[in-house]
Amino acid sequence: MVGIVGYGVYVPRYRIKTSDIAEVWGEDSARIGKGLGVFEKSVPGPDEDVATISVEAARNAIKRSEIDPTDIGAVYVGSESHPYAVKPTGTIVAEAIGCSHDMTCADFEFACKAGTAAIQTCMGLATSKMVKLGLAIGADTAQGRPGDALEYSAAAGGAAFIIGMKDVIATIEDTASFTTDTPDFWRREGEDFPSHGARFTGEPAYFRHVGEGAKLLFKKTKTNVDDYDYFVFHMPNGKFPIAMGAQLKVPPEKLEDSLVVRQIGNTYSASAMIGLARVLDIAKSGSKICMVAYGSGAGSDAFSITVEDAIEERRGEVPTVDDYIERKTYVNYATYAKYRRKIKG
Amino acid sequence: MAEHGVAQIWRRIKSIYNIQGNKCETCETHFFPPRPVCPTCRRKGKLVDYQFKGLGSIYSFAVVRQAPDDFKRQMPYVIAQVELDEGTRLTTQIVNVDPENVEIGMRVRACFRKIKEFGQSGVIMYGYKFEPTMKVTGHEV
Repeated sequence: MVGIVGYGVYVPRYRIKTSDIAEVWGEDSARIGKGLGVFEKSVPGPDEDVATISVEAARNAIKRSEIDPTDIGAVYVGSESHPYAVKPTGTIVAEAIGCSHDMTCADFEFACKAGTAAIQTCMGLATSKMVKLGLAIGADTAQGRPGDALEYSAAAGGAAFIIGMKDVIATIEDTASFTTDTPDFWRREGEDFPSHGARFTGEPAYFRHVGEGAKLLFKKTKTNVDDYDYFVFHMPNGKFPIAMGAQLKVPPEKLEDSLVVRQIGNTYSASAMIGLARVLDIAKSGSKICMVAYGSGAGSDAFSITVEDAIEERRGEVPTVDDYIERKTYVNYATYAKYRRKIKG
Repeated sequence: MAEHGVAQIWRRIKSIYNIQGNKCETCETHFFPPRPVCPTCRRKGKLVDYQFKGLGSIYSFAVVRQAPDDFKRQMPYVIAQVELDEGTRLTTQIVNVDPENVEIGMRVRACFRKIKEFGQSGVIMYGYKFEPTMKVTGHEV
Protein backbone atom coordinates (compact mmCIF):
# COMPACT_ATOMS: atom_id res chain seq x y z
CA MET A 1 0.00 0.00 0.00
CA VAL A 2 1.16 3.55 -0.65
CA GLY A 3 2.91 5.31 2.17
CA ILE A 4 5.82 7.30 3.50
CA VAL A 5 9.17 5.66 2.72
CA GLY A 6 11.18 8.38 4.42
CA TYR A 7 10.92 11.96 5.67
CA GLY A 8 13.25 14.75 6.67
CA VAL A 9 12.92 18.31 7.88
CA TYR A 10 15.00 21.45 8.06
CA VAL A 11 14.53 24.57 10.17
CA PRO A 12 16.95 27.51 9.87
CA ARG A 13 19.04 28.32 12.91
CA TYR A 14 17.96 31.89 13.59
CA ARG A 15 15.01 32.84 15.84
CA ILE A 16 13.34 36.09 16.78
CA LYS A 17 11.08 36.38 19.79
CA THR A 18 7.57 37.65 19.07
CA SER A 19 7.99 39.96 22.09
CA ASP A 20 10.93 41.65 20.30
CA ILE A 21 8.80 42.27 17.20
CA ALA A 22 5.97 43.62 19.39
CA GLU A 23 8.30 46.07 21.11
CA VAL A 24 9.39 47.58 17.78
CA TRP A 25 5.77 48.22 16.78
CA GLY A 26 4.64 49.49 20.18
CA GLU A 27 2.44 46.48 20.91
CA ASP A 28 2.07 44.86 24.31
CA SER A 29 5.03 42.47 24.13
CA ALA A 30 3.87 40.29 27.03
CA ARG A 31 0.39 39.85 25.53
CA ILE A 32 1.33 39.13 21.88
CA GLY A 33 3.09 35.79 22.37
CA LYS A 34 0.42 34.45 24.68
CA GLY A 35 -2.41 35.80 22.54
CA LEU A 36 -1.09 34.19 19.34
CA GLY A 37 0.39 31.11 20.94
CA VAL A 38 3.65 31.86 19.08
CA PHE A 39 6.61 32.78 21.27
CA GLU A 40 9.41 32.76 18.72
CA LYS A 41 9.73 32.12 15.01
CA SER A 42 12.46 30.81 12.76
CA VAL A 43 14.31 33.23 10.48
CA PRO A 44 16.28 32.08 7.44
CA GLY A 45 19.89 33.17 7.10
CA PRO A 46 20.74 35.68 4.35
CA ASP A 47 21.94 32.82 2.11
CA GLU A 48 18.94 30.54 2.67
CA ASP A 49 15.82 30.28 0.54
CA VAL A 50 13.22 27.68 -0.40
CA ALA A 51 15.69 25.85 -2.67
CA THR A 52 18.35 25.49 0.05
CA ILE A 53 15.81 24.55 2.74
CA SER A 54 14.21 21.98 0.40
CA VAL A 55 17.58 20.41 -0.41
CA GLU A 56 18.50 20.06 3.28
CA ALA A 57 15.11 18.48 4.12
CA ALA A 58 15.27 16.18 1.07
CA ARG A 59 18.82 15.04 1.89
CA ASN A 60 17.61 14.12 5.40
CA ALA A 61 14.67 12.20 3.92
CA ILE A 62 16.93 10.26 1.55
CA LYS A 63 19.41 9.42 4.30
CA ARG A 64 16.62 8.18 6.58
CA SER A 65 14.97 6.04 3.92
CA GLU A 66 18.26 4.66 2.57
CA ILE A 67 16.85 4.82 -0.96
CA ASP A 68 18.82 5.33 -4.14
CA PRO A 69 17.93 8.89 -5.25
CA THR A 70 17.96 7.74 -8.88
CA ASP A 71 14.80 5.73 -8.06
CA ILE A 72 12.90 9.01 -7.53
CA GLY A 73 10.68 9.56 -10.56
CA ALA A 74 8.97 12.78 -9.50
CA VAL A 75 10.03 15.83 -7.48
CA TYR A 76 7.37 18.36 -6.48
CA VAL A 77 8.13 21.38 -4.34
CA GLY A 78 5.19 23.20 -2.77
CA SER A 79 5.82 26.76 -1.63
CA GLU A 80 4.61 30.32 -1.86
CA SER A 81 8.13 31.72 -1.73
CA HIS A 82 9.91 29.98 -4.59
CA PRO A 83 13.16 31.86 -5.36
CA TYR A 84 12.28 32.21 -9.03
CA ALA A 85 8.89 33.27 -10.45
CA VAL A 86 9.80 31.20 -13.52
CA LYS A 87 12.26 28.31 -13.08
CA PRO A 88 11.20 25.40 -10.93
CA THR A 89 12.80 25.03 -7.50
CA GLY A 90 12.44 21.27 -8.00
CA THR A 91 15.07 21.28 -10.74
CA ILE A 92 17.65 22.64 -8.29
CA VAL A 93 16.57 20.17 -5.60
CA ALA A 94 16.65 17.15 -7.94
CA GLU A 95 20.17 17.98 -9.14
CA ALA A 96 21.43 18.60 -5.59
CA ILE A 97 20.12 15.32 -4.19
CA GLY A 98 21.49 13.23 -7.05
CA CYS A 99 18.30 12.29 -8.92
CA SER A 100 18.60 10.88 -12.40
CA HIS A 101 17.53 13.14 -15.26
CA ASP A 102 14.88 10.57 -16.22
CA MET A 103 12.22 12.08 -13.94
CA THR A 104 9.44 14.64 -13.83
CA CYS A 105 9.38 17.77 -11.74
CA ALA A 106 7.17 20.77 -11.04
CA ASP A 107 6.57 23.46 -8.46
CA PHE A 108 3.25 23.57 -6.63
CA GLU A 109 1.42 26.54 -5.17
CA PHE A 110 -1.56 26.50 -2.84
CA ALA A 111 -0.66 28.87 -0.02
CA CYS A 112 0.18 26.68 3.02
CA LYS A 113 -0.99 23.35 1.62
CA ALA A 114 1.10 23.12 -1.55
CA GLY A 115 3.34 20.48 0.07
CA THR A 116 0.45 18.17 0.95
CA ALA A 117 -0.97 18.62 -2.57
CA ALA A 118 2.45 17.34 -3.71
CA ILE A 119 2.08 14.32 -1.38
CA GLN A 120 -1.31 13.51 -2.94
CA THR A 121 0.16 13.75 -6.45
CA CYS A 122 3.03 11.44 -5.50
CA MET A 123 0.52 8.98 -3.97
CA GLY A 124 -1.30 8.82 -7.30
CA LEU A 125 1.88 8.37 -9.32
CA ALA A 126 3.24 5.67 -7.01
CA THR A 127 -0.08 3.78 -6.78
CA SER A 128 -0.48 3.81 -10.55
CA LYS A 129 3.15 2.64 -10.86
CA MET A 130 4.04 5.61 -13.04
CA VAL A 131 6.96 6.22 -10.67
CA LYS A 132 8.73 4.03 -8.14
CA LEU A 133 9.22 6.85 -5.66
CA GLY A 134 7.96 10.43 -5.52
CA LEU A 135 9.46 13.25 -3.49
CA ALA A 136 7.00 15.80 -2.07
CA ILE A 137 8.40 18.88 -0.37
CA GLY A 138 6.69 21.71 1.48
CA ALA A 139 9.02 24.63 2.21
CA ASP A 140 8.70 28.36 2.75
CA THR A 141 10.52 31.49 3.79
CA ALA A 142 7.32 33.33 4.61
CA GLN A 143 7.21 37.10 4.73
CA GLY A 144 4.84 39.37 6.63
CA ARG A 145 4.56 43.08 5.93
CA PRO A 146 6.52 44.93 8.66
CA GLY A 147 4.11 45.77 11.47
CA ASP A 148 1.36 43.48 10.14
CA ALA A 149 -0.09 40.75 12.36
CA LEU A 150 1.47 38.16 10.02
CA GLU A 151 4.95 39.34 10.91
CA TYR A 152 4.68 37.67 14.33
CA SER A 153 4.24 34.21 12.86
CA ALA A 154 5.59 34.12 9.24
CA ALA A 155 8.56 31.76 9.53
CA ALA A 156 10.85 29.49 7.52
CA GLY A 157 11.28 25.73 7.33
CA GLY A 158 10.84 22.71 5.13
CA ALA A 159 9.74 19.09 5.19
CA ALA A 160 10.34 16.41 2.56
CA PHE A 161 8.39 13.15 2.26
CA ILE A 162 9.36 10.27 -0.01
CA ILE A 163 6.24 8.44 -1.15
CA GLY A 164 6.28 4.90 -2.49
CA MET A 165 4.68 1.46 -2.33
CA LYS A 166 7.49 -0.60 -0.76
CA ASP A 167 9.31 -0.46 2.60
CA VAL A 168 7.00 2.19 4.00
CA ILE A 169 7.49 3.48 7.55
CA ALA A 170 3.92 4.76 7.61
CA THR A 171 0.97 3.79 5.44
CA ILE A 172 -1.32 6.46 4.03
CA GLU A 173 -4.73 4.78 4.05
CA ASP A 174 -6.61 7.58 2.41
CA THR A 175 -6.78 11.28 1.71
CA ALA A 176 -9.64 13.73 1.24
CA SER A 177 -9.69 17.38 0.18
CA PHE A 178 -12.14 20.24 0.54
CA THR A 179 -11.74 23.22 -1.81
CA THR A 180 -13.67 26.47 -2.32
CA ASP A 181 -13.02 29.98 -3.67
CA THR A 182 -12.47 31.87 -0.42
CA PRO A 183 -10.26 35.00 -0.61
CA ASP A 184 -8.87 34.99 2.94
CA PHE A 185 -5.18 35.54 2.04
CA TRP A 186 -3.41 36.30 -1.23
CA ARG A 187 -0.39 37.91 -2.82
CA ARG A 188 -0.64 39.61 -6.19
CA GLU A 189 2.08 39.19 -8.84
CA GLY A 190 5.09 41.41 -8.14
CA GLU A 191 4.05 42.24 -4.58
CA ASP A 192 6.60 41.65 -1.83
CA PHE A 193 4.11 40.92 0.92
CA PRO A 194 0.77 39.10 1.11
CA SER A 195 -2.57 40.65 2.06
CA HIS A 196 -5.23 39.02 4.18
CA GLY A 197 -8.82 39.36 5.26
CA ALA A 198 -7.98 39.74 8.97
CA ARG A 199 -10.82 38.09 10.97
CA PHE A 200 -12.18 36.57 7.76
CA THR A 201 -9.22 34.15 7.88
CA GLY A 202 -10.85 32.34 10.81
CA GLU A 203 -14.37 30.98 10.64
CA PRO A 204 -15.17 30.94 6.87
CA ALA A 205 -11.62 30.05 5.90
CA TYR A 206 -9.41 28.00 8.26
CA PHE A 207 -12.08 26.48 10.52
CA ARG A 208 -14.57 25.67 7.78
CA HIS A 209 -12.01 24.05 5.48
CA VAL A 210 -10.01 22.13 8.08
CA GLY A 211 -13.23 20.97 9.76
CA GLU A 212 -14.84 19.87 6.49
CA GLY A 213 -11.61 18.20 5.34
CA ALA A 214 -11.43 16.16 8.55
CA LYS A 215 -15.14 15.21 8.31
CA LEU A 216 -14.75 14.13 4.68
CA LEU A 217 -11.83 11.92 5.68
CA PHE A 218 -13.75 10.41 8.60
CA LYS A 219 -16.66 9.64 6.27
CA LYS A 220 -14.45 8.19 3.54
CA THR A 221 -12.46 5.97 5.93
CA LYS A 222 -15.41 5.21 8.24
CA THR A 223 -13.43 6.48 11.22
CA ASN A 224 -13.98 9.02 13.97
CA VAL A 225 -11.86 11.04 16.40
CA ASP A 226 -11.50 8.06 18.76
CA ASP A 227 -9.78 5.98 16.06
CA TYR A 228 -6.77 8.32 15.92
CA ASP A 229 -3.91 8.61 18.40
CA TYR A 230 -2.52 11.88 17.03
CA PHE A 231 -3.95 14.87 15.22
CA VAL A 232 -1.97 17.38 13.17
CA PHE A 233 -3.59 20.56 11.88
CA HIS A 234 -2.09 23.41 9.90
CA MET A 235 -0.69 25.92 12.38
CA PRO A 236 -1.05 29.56 11.26
CA ASN A 237 -0.66 30.39 14.96
CA GLY A 238 -0.87 28.50 18.23
CA LYS A 239 -4.55 29.28 18.82
CA PHE A 240 -6.24 28.05 15.63
CA PRO A 241 -5.25 24.36 15.77
CA ILE A 242 -6.29 24.15 19.42
CA ALA A 243 -9.65 25.80 18.68
CA MET A 244 -10.07 23.44 15.70
CA GLY A 245 -9.36 20.48 17.94
CA ALA A 246 -11.99 21.69 20.41
CA GLN A 247 -14.57 22.07 17.60
CA LEU A 248 -13.93 18.50 16.43
CA LYS A 249 -13.84 17.27 20.06
CA VAL A 250 -10.22 16.10 19.78
CA PRO A 251 -8.70 15.55 23.25
CA PRO A 252 -5.92 18.20 23.65
CA GLU A 253 -3.28 15.54 24.39
CA LYS A 254 -3.77 14.05 20.90
CA LEU A 255 -2.82 17.41 19.36
CA GLU A 256 -0.11 18.57 21.74
CA ASP A 257 2.88 16.75 20.13
CA SER A 258 2.35 18.39 16.74
CA LEU A 259 2.27 22.00 17.95
CA VAL A 260 5.70 23.10 16.73
CA VAL A 261 4.28 26.55 15.89
CA ARG A 262 4.98 27.81 19.43
CA GLN A 263 8.75 27.58 18.95
CA ILE A 264 9.26 28.08 15.22
CA GLY A 265 6.18 29.99 14.02
CA ASN A 266 4.10 29.29 10.94
CA THR A 267 6.35 27.68 8.34
CA TYR A 268 3.50 27.89 5.78
CA SER A 269 3.79 25.00 3.28
CA ALA A 270 5.93 23.12 5.80
CA SER A 271 3.70 23.80 8.83
CA ALA A 272 1.47 20.70 8.99
CA MET A 273 4.22 18.58 7.40
CA ILE A 274 6.74 19.47 10.15
CA GLY A 275 3.96 18.79 12.69
CA LEU A 276 3.51 15.34 11.11
CA ALA A 277 7.28 14.77 11.15
CA ARG A 278 7.35 15.68 14.86
CA VAL A 279 4.69 13.02 15.50
CA LEU A 280 6.50 10.44 13.30
CA ASP A 281 9.66 11.12 15.34
CA ILE A 282 7.96 9.80 18.49
CA ALA A 283 4.92 7.71 17.51
CA LYS A 284 4.87 4.00 18.28
CA SER A 285 4.24 1.43 15.60
CA GLY A 286 0.52 0.99 14.98
CA SER A 287 -0.36 4.58 15.94
CA LYS A 288 -2.93 6.29 13.75
CA ILE A 289 -2.46 9.91 12.71
CA CYS A 290 -4.97 12.32 11.21
CA MET A 291 -3.31 15.26 9.48
CA VAL A 292 -5.25 18.15 7.93
CA ALA A 293 -3.25 20.78 6.07
CA TYR A 294 -4.86 24.08 5.14
CA GLY A 295 -4.08 26.46 2.31
CA SER A 296 -5.61 29.89 1.96
CA GLY A 297 -7.63 30.59 -1.10
CA ALA A 298 -8.87 28.05 0.16
CA GLY A 299 -8.62 24.32 0.65
CA SER A 300 -7.64 21.52 2.97
CA ASP A 301 -5.98 18.12 2.48
CA ALA A 302 -6.72 15.48 5.10
CA PHE A 303 -4.74 12.24 5.49
CA SER A 304 -5.25 9.07 7.49
CA ILE A 305 -1.82 7.57 8.33
CA THR A 306 -0.78 4.46 10.24
CA VAL A 307 2.76 4.12 11.61
CA GLU A 308 4.47 0.83 10.65
CA ASP A 309 7.07 -1.29 12.53
CA ALA A 310 9.86 -0.23 10.13
CA ILE A 311 9.87 3.29 11.59
CA GLU A 312 11.85 2.16 14.63
CA GLU A 313 14.85 1.16 12.49
CA ARG A 314 14.89 4.50 10.67
CA ARG A 315 15.19 6.65 13.77
CA GLY A 316 18.53 8.15 14.82
CA GLU A 317 19.73 8.42 11.25
CA VAL A 318 19.03 12.12 10.77
CA PRO A 319 18.26 15.12 12.99
CA THR A 320 14.75 15.13 14.43
CA VAL A 321 12.32 18.05 14.45
CA ASP A 322 13.28 18.68 18.09
CA ASP A 323 17.00 18.71 17.19
CA TYR A 324 16.31 21.54 14.76
CA ILE A 325 13.98 23.35 17.17
CA GLU A 326 16.63 23.28 19.88
CA ARG A 327 19.45 24.44 17.57
CA LYS A 328 18.88 28.16 17.66
CA THR A 329 20.50 31.56 17.82
CA TYR A 330 18.38 34.59 18.64
CA VAL A 331 18.61 37.70 16.48
CA ASN A 332 17.23 41.16 17.24
CA TYR A 333 14.74 42.98 15.02
CA ALA A 334 17.46 44.94 13.19
CA THR A 335 19.37 41.79 12.21
CA TYR A 336 16.10 40.06 11.27
CA ALA A 337 15.16 43.03 9.06
CA LYS A 338 18.59 42.90 7.40
CA TYR A 339 18.45 39.12 6.80
CA ARG A 340 14.88 39.30 5.43
CA ARG A 341 15.75 42.22 3.17
CA LYS A 342 13.23 44.46 4.84
CA ILE A 343 15.99 47.05 4.71
CA LYS A 344 16.66 47.92 1.09
CA GLY A 345 20.34 48.69 0.57
CA MET B 1 23.54 41.79 -18.03
CA ALA B 2 20.86 39.29 -17.03
CA GLU B 3 22.69 36.45 -18.80
CA HIS B 4 25.91 37.11 -16.90
CA GLY B 5 27.33 33.99 -15.28
CA VAL B 6 24.80 31.50 -16.65
CA ALA B 7 27.11 29.22 -18.65
CA GLN B 8 29.83 29.49 -16.03
CA ILE B 9 27.45 28.35 -13.27
CA TRP B 10 25.79 25.64 -15.37
CA ARG B 11 29.14 23.99 -16.11
CA ARG B 12 29.95 23.76 -12.41
CA ILE B 13 26.56 22.65 -11.06
CA LYS B 14 27.56 19.00 -10.77
CA SER B 15 30.69 19.73 -8.77
CA ILE B 16 29.46 22.59 -6.56
CA TYR B 17 26.04 21.15 -5.60
CA ASN B 18 27.41 17.84 -4.36
CA ILE B 19 31.17 18.32 -3.98
CA GLN B 20 31.80 16.03 -6.89
CA GLY B 21 35.48 15.71 -7.70
CA ASN B 22 37.57 12.81 -8.91
CA LYS B 23 40.00 10.22 -7.68
CA CYS B 24 43.08 8.62 -9.19
CA GLU B 25 42.63 4.87 -8.93
CA THR B 26 46.37 4.35 -9.39
CA CYS B 27 47.58 6.39 -6.39
CA GLU B 28 44.23 6.71 -4.51
CA THR B 29 44.51 10.51 -4.38
CA HIS B 30 41.25 12.54 -4.34
CA PHE B 31 40.90 15.85 -6.16
CA PHE B 32 38.53 18.77 -5.79
CA PRO B 33 37.79 20.52 -8.05
CA PRO B 34 38.13 17.57 -10.45
CA ARG B 35 41.42 17.46 -12.34
CA PRO B 36 41.84 16.45 -15.97
CA VAL B 37 45.04 14.49 -15.18
CA CYS B 38 46.66 13.08 -12.01
CA PRO B 39 49.75 15.27 -11.35
CA THR B 40 51.62 12.32 -9.76
CA CYS B 41 50.77 9.37 -12.00
CA ARG B 42 50.30 11.43 -15.16
CA ARG B 43 49.83 8.96 -18.08
CA LYS B 44 49.60 5.96 -15.71
CA GLY B 45 46.85 7.60 -13.67
CA LYS B 46 43.21 6.54 -13.94
CA LEU B 47 40.77 9.27 -12.94
CA VAL B 48 37.19 8.39 -11.97
CA ASP B 49 34.37 10.63 -10.69
CA TYR B 50 34.12 10.71 -6.93
CA GLN B 51 31.45 12.23 -4.74
CA PHE B 52 32.93 13.45 -1.48
CA LYS B 53 31.09 12.59 1.73
CA GLY B 54 31.09 16.27 2.66
CA LEU B 55 32.68 15.82 6.08
CA GLY B 56 35.94 17.35 7.21
CA SER B 57 37.78 19.61 9.65
CA ILE B 58 38.76 23.25 9.54
CA TYR B 59 42.41 23.49 8.48
CA SER B 60 42.63 27.28 8.67
CA PHE B 61 40.22 30.20 8.56
CA ALA B 62 39.80 33.97 8.38
CA VAL B 63 36.99 36.27 9.51
CA VAL B 64 35.87 38.59 6.71
CA ARG B 65 35.02 42.10 7.92
CA GLN B 66 35.46 43.94 4.62
CA ALA B 67 33.18 42.17 2.16
CA PRO B 68 32.15 42.70 -1.45
CA ASP B 69 28.67 44.27 -1.86
CA ASP B 70 26.94 40.90 -2.43
CA PHE B 71 28.13 39.60 0.93
CA LYS B 72 27.63 42.68 3.13
CA ARG B 73 24.44 41.29 4.69
CA GLN B 74 26.46 38.33 6.00
CA MET B 75 29.31 40.27 7.64
CA PRO B 76 31.26 39.28 9.65
CA TYR B 77 31.57 35.81 8.14
CA VAL B 78 34.10 33.03 8.06
CA ILE B 79 36.06 31.74 5.06
CA ALA B 80 37.99 28.56 5.75
CA GLN B 81 40.19 25.93 4.25
CA VAL B 82 38.44 22.66 5.06
CA GLU B 83 40.35 19.42 4.94
CA LEU B 84 37.93 16.79 3.73
CA ASP B 85 38.10 13.33 5.31
CA GLU B 86 39.27 11.94 1.96
CA GLY B 87 42.38 14.11 2.20
CA THR B 88 41.92 17.04 -0.15
CA ARG B 89 41.28 20.63 0.91
CA LEU B 90 38.83 23.21 -0.38
CA THR B 91 38.03 26.85 0.36
CA THR B 92 34.52 27.53 1.64
CA GLN B 93 32.36 29.74 3.77
CA ILE B 94 31.46 28.44 7.25
CA VAL B 95 27.85 29.14 8.26
CA ASN B 96 25.55 28.42 11.20
CA VAL B 97 28.22 29.49 13.70
CA ASP B 98 29.37 32.78 15.22
CA PRO B 99 32.88 33.72 14.02
CA GLU B 100 34.23 33.78 17.59
CA ASN B 101 33.32 30.11 18.02
CA VAL B 102 35.22 28.84 14.97
CA GLU B 103 38.37 26.85 15.73
CA ILE B 104 41.05 25.06 13.76
CA GLY B 105 40.23 21.35 13.82
CA MET B 106 36.47 21.94 14.22
CA ARG B 107 34.39 19.18 12.58
CA VAL B 108 32.24 20.50 9.77
CA ARG B 109 29.81 19.12 7.21
CA ALA B 110 28.69 20.35 3.83
CA CYS B 111 25.34 22.13 3.58
CA PHE B 112 23.50 23.64 0.63
CA ARG B 113 23.34 27.42 0.41
CA LYS B 114 22.91 30.35 -1.91
CA ILE B 115 26.37 31.46 -3.02
CA LYS B 116 25.62 34.51 -5.13
CA GLU B 117 22.82 36.31 -6.92
CA PHE B 118 23.52 38.05 -10.21
CA GLY B 119 21.41 41.09 -9.36
CA GLN B 120 17.67 41.28 -8.72
CA SER B 121 16.73 39.68 -12.06
CA GLY B 122 19.76 37.49 -12.69
CA VAL B 123 20.46 33.83 -12.07
CA ILE B 124 21.00 32.52 -8.52
CA MET B 125 24.09 30.43 -7.88
CA TYR B 126 23.76 27.66 -5.29
CA GLY B 127 26.39 25.35 -3.90
CA TYR B 128 28.21 24.03 -0.86
CA LYS B 129 29.12 25.86 2.28
CA PHE B 130 30.10 24.13 5.51
CA GLU B 131 28.57 24.19 8.97
CA PRO B 132 29.61 22.66 12.31
CA THR B 133 28.24 19.12 12.68
CA MET B 134 25.22 19.06 14.95
CA LYS B 135 25.51 17.18 18.21
CA VAL B 136 22.79 14.75 17.23
CA THR B 137 22.67 11.14 16.28
CA GLY B 138 23.26 10.47 12.65
CA HIS B 139 24.64 13.86 11.62
CA GLU B 140 28.30 12.87 11.53
CA VAL B 141 28.16 10.13 8.92
